[in-house]
Amino acid sequence: MLELRGISKTFNPGTITEKRALSDLSLHLNPGDFVTVIGGNGAGKSTMLNAVAGVFNVDAGSILIDGVNVTRLPEHKRAAMLGRVFQDPMIGTAATMNIEENLALAYRRGQRRTLRWGIKPKEREEYRDLLAMLGLGLEDRMTSKVGLLSGGQRQALTLLMATLKQPKLLLLDEHTAALDPKTAANVLGLTQKIIAENHLTALMITHNMKDALQYGNRTIMMHEGTVILDIDAETKKSIGIEDLLAMFEKASGKELANDRMLLG
Amino acid sequence: MDILKLLNAMPGAVSQGLIWGIMAIGVYITYRVLDVADLTVDGSIATGGAVAAMLILNGCNVYLALLAAFAVGLLCGFVTGIFHTAMGIPAILAGILTQLALYSINLRIMGGKANTAISANKYDLVVSLRDARSLSLNNPIIILVIFTAVLIVALYMFFGTEYGSALRATGANTQMARAQGINTNHGKVVGLMLSNGLVALAGALLAQYQGFADVSMGRGAIVIGLAAVIIGEVVFGKVFKAFGGKLTAVSIGAVIYYIVMQVVLWLGLNTNDLKMLTALIVALFLAIPYWKGKLYSVRAGRKEVKKHA
Repeated sequence: MLELRGISKTFNPGTITEKRALSDLSLHLNPGDFVTVIGGNGAGKSTMLNAVAGVFNVDAGSILIDGVNVTRLPEHKRAAMLGRVFQDPMIGTAATMNIEENLALAYRRGQRRTLRWGIKPKEREEYRDLLAMLGLGLEDRMTSKVGLLSGGQRQALTLLMATLKQPKLLLLDEHTAALDPKTAANVLGLTQKIIAENHLTALMITHNMKDALQYGNRTIMMHEGTVILDIDAETKKSIGIEDLLAMFEKASGKELANDRMLLG
Repeated sequence: MDILKLLNAMPGAVSQGLIWGIMAIGVYITYRVLDVADLTVDGSIATGGAVAAMLILNGCNVYLALLAAFAVGLLCGFVTGIFHTAMGIPAILAGILTQLALYSINLRIMGGKANTAISANKYDLVVSLRDARSLSLNNPIIILVIFTAVLIVALYMFFGTEYGSALRATGANTQMARAQGINTNHGKVVGLMLSNGLVALAGALLAQYQGFADVSMGRGAIVIGLAAVIIGEVVFGKVFKAFGGKLTAVSIGAVIYYIVMQVVLWLGLNTNDLKMLTALIVALFLAIPYWKGKLYSVRAGRKEVKKHA
């Protein structure tokens, strides 16, 4: 479903702040793969997701989504194939627009925006049912401005928006990192449910080692802009966090350094 | 001080306020909806006036002249939009560049003259200050209120469409808009075009109202537009919450601005000091939401301290 072929990216080349963020990175995702991504500070996890999403162009290599080469496609065109949830709950939704307007925008992802009315009455029914599924009571606040929602509610809404139109690939960039533990667990549970129900292919960055092992059918480790370890579903079931850290050390020759890392 | 003199000046102030209200609605589209401060308007309002004046002088229908001014305004916004999105120039600077270029263009349009007169006695103008106190359907206040109402309804409908919603999303959260497949650069250009189209339309109305187009009639226009937007929000923020209501508030904000200016002049202020006064008033109104925020956080802080004491 996703094919990264030797992609590289250097930020601020030729300056004192030059940073090689991605280095000959290759990765292949099969349809239905739910891959968790871990790695130290500056390993290139978010950069990889942003490269896939088209936030910037890569310097070398190619990116294929469902067999389509999107390497030179601008961000808003790739969006037709992607669902994205960001670390910052403020980024995924428009605060000054209300819940149903946000959903209506997401509902038209990848479509031409015409001069027809922005929301059809029929859609509202659909949104109400989907919001009820979140279990946050948002179905009764559909005309509330999103800015009035809590971070957890906004992340749940963003998740819904990202999957409202079935994406070929769901990109989750530490989407629970800014939430309190209980809310984070709720949103993560929801993520699991939505991915399973819609048979989505997903890449999820996390700094929580336990989550990395618990969720998904594959875990990849990144270090210095490339994948250094690919752990399959069988191995994931049989190892613990200590094993995971040991594997990282062996593969990278360094201790896993992530100042936000959670072990339990 | 003669109160009658003030009252006599009121219809004129209201008419002018309504014209500037249309201009301010244009400013609202960039400043509030798109979250871009666009300084093109100082030039494009004069362009609208110049285009309309020259067309009318050459025997063009007055309504057609308004339409032409609107179209030329779209073009002005397009140029700023291209400067900003395709050439990566910060929006505020892109607007200043277009504004500067428009000064030369406006002189060209008016055949090298800084001023072009269109007499209400010779041409059948849409609005004229001659009729400001007349009790007929020619009264500019009546015509402008209808004009503004039609415009607000049209804009309300446009911003409610799929395309209009995408424009609002572009201004509300660019990253989110792109992630939802919206071409935000495209949206910014269209928003700037629409805004300057309205501003040029207001310029065309203003030229007819005052009976001439002047190359410097747009000096400080952005500040008056912002004043109207902010006065409207401060006065009617709690009353009008829907999009159409907010646009109405902007229009009334412009009328309030002109009434206040008239009162200040009546009180004996020198006309030369008007621009300074406008700048100070806008600075003050811009500061109010900021001070309010600070005040509340100080109060909230005190409450917290008491609670824990």
